[in-house]
Amino acid sequence: MEIGLNHYLVLSTILFSIGLVGVMRRKNLLMLFFATEILLNSVNIAFAAISHYYGDLTGQMFAFFVIAIAASEVAVGLGLLVVWHKRHNAIDLDLMSTMKG
Amino acid sequence: MEILLYTALFSPLVGSLFAALFGASPKTLITGIVTSALLGVSLIASTILLVHVITTGQFVQVELMTWMATGDLYIPFGFIVDQISVTMMMVVTLVSTVVHVYAIGYMDHDKGFNRFFSWLSAFVFSMMILVMSDNFAGLFIGWEGVGLCSWGLIGFWYHKESATWAANEAFIMNRIADLGMLIGIFLVYWNTGTLQYHEAFAVMPDLDNATLTWMGIFLFIGAMGKSAQFPLHTWLADAMEGPTPVSALIHAATMVTAGVYLVVRSNELYTLIPNVGLFIASLGAFVAIFAASMALVNRDIKRVIAYSTLSQLGYMFAAAGLGAYWVALFHLMAHAFFKALLFLGGGNVMHAMNSELDPFKMGGLGKTMKGTMILMTLASVALAGIFPLAGFFSKDLILEVAFVDHHFIIYGVLLLTAGLTAFYSFRIIALIFHGEDRHTSLGFHPHEAYKFMLIAMTPLLILAIIAGSFKSTYFEYVTMLLPGTEYHVHSAATYWIMTIGTQLFVILSIAFAYKKYMCKDIKVPDGTSAMENSFKYKLLINQYYIPHFYNEYLVKSYRALSTIFWKQVDQKIIDASVDGIANIFYKTGKNTRTMQSGNLSTMLKWMVAGTVVLLSLAVVFGLAVRHSDEIKTILSGLGV
Repeated sequence: MEIGLNHYLVLSTILFSIGLVGVMRRKNLLMLFFATEILLNSVNIAFAAISHYYGDLTGQMFAFFVIAIAASEVAVGLGLLVVWHKRHNAIDLDLMSTMKG
Repeated sequence: MEILLYTALFSPLVGSLFAALFGASPKTLITGIVTSALLGVSLIASTILLVHVITTGQFVQVELMTWMATGDLYIPFGFIVDQISVTMMMVVTLVSTVVHVYAIGYMDHDKGFNRFFSWLSAFVFSMMILVMSDNFAGLFIGWEGVGLCSWGLIGFWYHKESATWAANEAFIMNRIADLGMLIGIFLVYWNTGTLQYHEAFAVMPDLDNATLTWMGIFLFIGAMGKSAQFPLHTWLADAMEGPTPVSALIHAATMVTAGVYLVVRSNELYTLIPNVGLFIASLGAFVAIFAASMALVNRDIKRVIAYSTLSQLGYMFAAAGLGAYWVALFHLMAHAFFKALLFLGGGNVMHAMNSELDPFKMGGLGKTMKGTMILMTLASVALAGIFPLAGFFSKDLILEVAFVDHHFIIYGVLLLTAGLTAFYSFRIIALIFHGEDRHTSLGFHPHEAYKFMLIAMTPLLILAIIAGSFKSTYFEYVTMLLPGTEYHVHSAATYWIMTIGTQLFVILSIAFAYKKYMCKDIKVPDGTSAMENSFKYKLLINQYYIPHFYNEYLVKSYRALSTIFWKQVDQKIIDASVDGIANIFYKTGKNTRTMQSGNLSTMLKWMVAGTVVLLSLAVVFGLAVRHSDEIKTILSGLGV
């Protein structure tokens, strides 16, 4: 069986769902970052696959942008996370409720 | 000449703005001096314009700028100085300059000194716009402006309930009349296509009579409000709540004559509709005697003078209604001088008596206030129309007009009113200045007003005495614009009998007033004498129960209606719907704020939920658009 566009899209969807569940369920901030990475990369897979399918390089270019942005996001996010951990000695999401309305 | 016109027009405005700068600060003498000086400038400019108009017979017309220009409508800010407006300008600037200088002394101890001068000069500016405008729109601006300033000045002592009430009464009554005026202006525009006086009047002879009649009636309704003619007259007497200089300037000399000015200005219209003219004359004669009768018994010197103003306005309308526009304007001018003088004298008395206005509590003031007594007596002589003072020339002329035009009923009423006028004027003179001293026992210690106030009043006195001698000059120049009918009784014998008869009648009335009110046993009326309990007296002192009627039937029913609207419509419909909308937002907020728990995890769940909803919507709409044709056929099959 040849691997076609649909397989990639299905894989992308599955990864996206896993990421989404992770984003919703995880309480550990570090795990949340992992989940976000999974979300972003699932989209990257879709971009690359569709780009290849149409023979248009724009999608792959976009995937690179997403990787670059994801990297900087993680850099900033981890920096904040380290500071937070130093202050509170915990990275539990439920403790971060200073924005309570 | 243009620059003079602008100087005359705008210097009161500059004065007003200058005084307004200091409006909230305590008394600064400079505001009084600057506004008076600027009015003096305006007076000089008006005088030069008057000389120019008299000598050359030309008028000065300028267009300051375009105001409204859309389609066929073109209304400029245009001003004209012709024979009519220059007469009015002279009266307005002269009287107001005197009043301003006088008020520096009169308002000496008042906290609102600066505010007063700001309003007063603003009033003069509005009046100048009113008389100088060359179109109905500009006239209306001035008309509203004087109404506003009059409101501010009547209610000047706004901490007094009665003053604010009177101010509102005056404003509201004028507003009612202004609606008529506005309809009149609309009619003029509708039928002539322009609001410029000379263009509109040029077209009017071609219009049909019914249209012209309506125009005349509605414009006259406006004039009735400003000039306080029956049935819109009650505000004038109540307007005496304002400071006395205001009464002198606004409610005697200038603003109330705006109505007469309007009729005189529209003479070409009213000449075409003599029936309306006759109505105006009859109403004028009625108001003349009606107001004079109320003045007979009133126990408030300012109100007596106010009724006298009302009565004299009636004379002016009688003359204007009979087509003797120049006579009306002449009486307006002469009346402004002696009436302002009378009011300012009344102000002196009031000041001396600590704002006591009941002449029965005065008596014998002539000893301490000689200057005021002479001024007021001469003003009253002029008002009564004794030869050779101003009133003789202007008022007797009106009587002659009525006689020559064979309106004997109007003539008779006006003649009787002349006698009443003399009686009530000298009733207060006798009560205030002569007879026994009644004020000392009541604890009053009167003193004469400042000297400069008396000096400021002298120009008015001189004019009240000599204004009659200008008659021929005035007649020559003003009749270039107004119908120049001369009114002469045909036979010399009749003329002399009429004149001497009138004079004798007036002098007898004066003598009767002195005899009745100079005697020793005048007491402060306490409501026990037979006269005070008679029906006639009660009718007059209660102003024919007209204010009572207005209050009982108009004000109360209007208030009841307003209460219904307030309770039923405003509160139950409008307020309720506004509150309802606010409540929806409030409740939604209250219920959804729990979402903002501050927990990142929960917020992320909500975000996901939102994304899912948006995505599903996108899919649904996308499908709907793609299959729109099929959906339409299905819907039409269902009969939608």
